[in-house]
Amino acid sequence: MTEVPLKLTAKDFRSDQEVRWCPGCGDFAILSAIQSFMPELGIPREQITFVSGIGCSSRFPYYLNTYGMHSIHGRAPAIATGLAVSRPDLSVWVVSGDGDALSIGGNHLIHALRRNVNIKILLFNNRIYGLTKGQCSPTSEFGKVTKSTPVGSRDTPFNPIALALGAEASFVARTIDSDRKHLHSVLRAAAAHEGSAFIEIYQNCAIFNDGAFDVLKDPASRDSVLVRLEHGKPITFGASGEKCVVREPRGFGLEVADTASVPRSEIIVHDETVGGPAYAFTLSRLSDQDLSNTPIGVFRRVSRPTYEAMVQEQNTSARTGSADASPDKLLAELLHTGNTWTIR
Amino acid sequence: MAKQIQHLDRVAIRFAGDSGDGMQLTGDRFASESAILGNDLSTLPNYPAEIRAPSGSLHGVSSFQVHFAAHDVLTPGDSPDVLVAMNPAALRANLGDLPPNAEIIVNTDEFTTRNLEKVGYTSNPLENDSLDGFTVHRVPLTSATIAALADVEVSKKEAERAKNMFALGLLSWMYSRPTEGTVEFLKQKFAKKPHVAAANVAAFQAGWNYGETTEDFAVRYEVKPAKLVSGTYRSVNGNSALAYGLVAAGLRANLPVFLGAYPITPASEILHELSGYKRYGVTTFQAEDEIAAVGSALGASYGGALGVTSTSGPGLALKTETLGLAVMLELPLVIVDVQRAGPSTGLPTKTEQSDLNIALFGRHGEAPLAVIAARSPADCFYAALEAARIALTYRMPVILLSDGYLANGSEPFLLPDPADLPDLRVEFATEPNGPDGKFLPYLHDPHTLARPWAVPGTPGLEHRVGGLEKADGTGAVSYVPADHDLMMRLRAARVEAIDVPDLEVEDPSGDARVLVLGWGSTYGPVGAACRKLRERGVSIAQAHLRHLSPLPRNVGTVLAGYDRVVIPEMNLGQLAHVIRERYLVDAVSYNKVNGQPFTSAELETVLEEVVRND
Repeated sequence: MTEVPLKLTAKDFRSDQEVRWCPGCGDFAILSAIQSFMPELGIPREQITFVSGIGCSSRFPYYLNTYGMHSIHGRAPAIATGLAVSRPDLSVWVVSGDGDALSIGGNHLIHALRRNVNIKILLFNNRIYGLTKGQCSPTSEFGKVTKSTPVGSRDTPFNPIALALGAEASFVARTIDSDRKHLHSVLRAAAAHEGSAFIEIYQNCAIFNDGAFDVLKDPASRDSVLVRLEHGKPITFGASGEKCVVREPRGFGLEVADTASVPRSEIIVHDETVGGPAYAFTLSRLSDQDLSNTPIGVFRRVSRPTYEAMVQEQNTSARTGSADASPDKLLAELLHTGNTWTIR
Repeated sequence: MAKQIQHLDRVAIRFAGDSGDGMQLTGDRFASESAILGNDLSTLPNYPAEIRAPSGSLHGVSSFQVHFAAHDVLTPGDSPDVLVAMNPAALRANLGDLPPNAEIIVNTDEFTTRNLEKVGYTSNPLENDSLDGFTVHRVPLTSATIAALADVEVSKKEAERAKNMFALGLLSWMYSRPTEGTVEFLKQKFAKKPHVAAANVAAFQAGWNYGETTEDFAVRYEVKPAKLVSGTYRSVNGNSALAYGLVAAGLRANLPVFLGAYPITPASEILHELSGYKRYGVTTFQAEDEIAAVGSALGASYGGALGVTSTSGPGLALKTETLGLAVMLELPLVIVDVQRAGPSTGLPTKTEQSDLNIALFGRHGEAPLAVIAARSPADCFYAALEAARIALTYRMPVILLSDGYLANGSEPFLLPDPADLPDLRVEFATEPNGPDGKFLPYLHDPHTLARPWAVPGTPGLEHRVGGLEKADGTGAVSYVPADHDLMMRLRAARVEAIDVPDLEVEDPSGDARVLVLGWGSTYGPVGAACRKLRERGVSIAQAHLRHLSPLPRNVGTVLAGYDRVVIPEMNLGQLAHVIRERYLVDAVSYNKVNGQPFTSAELETVLEEVVRND
């Protein structure tokens, strides 16, 4: 039998379900970007499964013509882990939001990442609870006025990238809903990565947090705040590269400097593959809640064995010589192993 | 001096000592010897929740009871006929359980002023009249062991530690147990430390000789083999039998088993056991919490494995939201709940049957599922197979209730021929099942009401499932009122569609007017109580439920055939509530919630009272 190359198009990944997000929602752009990206993977549709939790973003699987499960608030990484471990042949994706992944499901997220389960986790971060109509989320800015925080939130937000790095994630990236080209490049890198991939996607909620990321999108402002990370290239940004990232003169962090005022050799050259997470962590701390100096791209991409590969290895080793035995023979072997006695 | 030999029908021995005295091992060895001799037996350990309680203290006492007989036994025995007390704490903690005339073997070396004070003895019970009415054998177990090991190259501490084997040797002599198995066992256990093996074997033999030569032990007992079904046996406790059953289910279904579990007493052993059975198609996953444990199992089921999660009450509470999703997804899932005394942390190492309510009703919305219960340690094997059968055939979560009493108690398990076990093979969907080549993931089988199991990787059957309500057939998200109404009724109907064998009644005389109805681990003590009543000419009928949801179809008819129905439960009346509500039968509820199983004697009294008042 000859292999026929898959010729799938974005259309093949559209399900027959009517997409039900609010007009102007950033989820439309992400959905469309993913549908147009999936054919590039060259993986048959039936080998792909999307698992989601609860929230606006978690409706995602319904709209993709792959296998999919819309599960429970926060639990998608746990469910996806069970699926991926028992079915390492599948391409498993998790779609989640800031409330789903970082609040109710924080525990499952960090454990999936530390195990390095081969799942791709897309975290749509709109910094608000949308489906429950506008409460502050674990990524909402300190002091944010929402329905549940009428005089301003007293919660310090998570930095999702820093959190993922702290949880031993082997692949950590950030992208933006409206930048399809960049989104594609990050998805491509994530898909190629063996192990957990964590992708934070800044996503606009048109109803409850409209314009939250406009500063990163508006042609007038974006160049001065977006730090585009490219592996092997010096980290500079600004309309004409007038800003750059250098080491802090004191302390262990990174800081932004004027490109003109520092020697070329002092500008940090981005390296996704640095072993320890400290470099990527300091990069993640360049930006603050006001989105100034926001790096996008791949922060970290390091290689370590996937959880399911190691589980399979143990299973395979334990099953040495059992391949030819029938299930009944194996069961008899188990039951009769160890201390038994016979009554005649 | 020739020793007198007395034949006994049954004996219960309790080995009790400090947590570090090796009482579990000693009891387990005695049980193994008895099994090899051909007695039927049942055992029950009792140990503190603390891992290393202060030595010599009352709450540090660990014990192991062995009940062995020349006939089939149903329980580990109400009260021990013989107590082996390794120290004053063991004596004090167990004395209250002894019947008059019981034999007590005490280690006199440990009855020092300090040890006596530790447990509140103001005078030495071995020297006052407090043990009158018992036959007390005063044995210097520690010093006799040390003396016996004078020629063995071991430290004094190592010699002391072998005193449990001295005790085992003595008891083995008293009850004419075979010794080869224990000698072999010790050699293997301490294969890497031959001097320790030699010391233990020598202590064991010294204990035997002590019985043979000391005048204090004038009588030797024999308990003849029971008439057991011929075949090969092994000793199992409820947790190990359950683990075997889950492996068997996977192999008989030809499906991989995926266990997602979080450590919890008294269920952790199932995770431990299954983690060693990778060779037999099992994958185990120690999850970050109870929710992830059940979630990962559900994810594995979605992928075509037999998903299983094991837990105890607090864990079941955490899993309930996922059980609701499993009900919505109509996927197979087995949830093992090894019940313990609750609520909250409760008494983690003590037994109870108080999770029936949460198993039957403990989910938001109406989320019906199947609930079954195991009745004895070895029966956990078959209960696991039955849970898997229902889960796989009807595509639903099944809660299997065991409890601490079954989990820790052990009995001989007649090894089945695998080919005689139920065939659990399933067919995954491979082709579209709808008109115009469409796949309808929620098209239900007219008999089982199960939907097709289409696993990822199957071309052409790509579909989405989720917790939102859906339309029948297509499975598409639907908020249409009639769709919700239909699906609610359909989910309930699928539980009712489960093929459940009729409830059987045991009533040898055929003229009983009182029926005792039980479920789960009360089977042993209830059965033993009924047997004793019948021996005395009192007619009583016994029926025991394996299936709690759905109940067997004939339950109403069975109950209607008796003047009185008694329901003993280790809770405050949960099954009785269901029976009253379902069948309008004014059942007599008898309840016990002190963390201990029923004794057959107490049930005998209760049941007799009901019969007399009938």
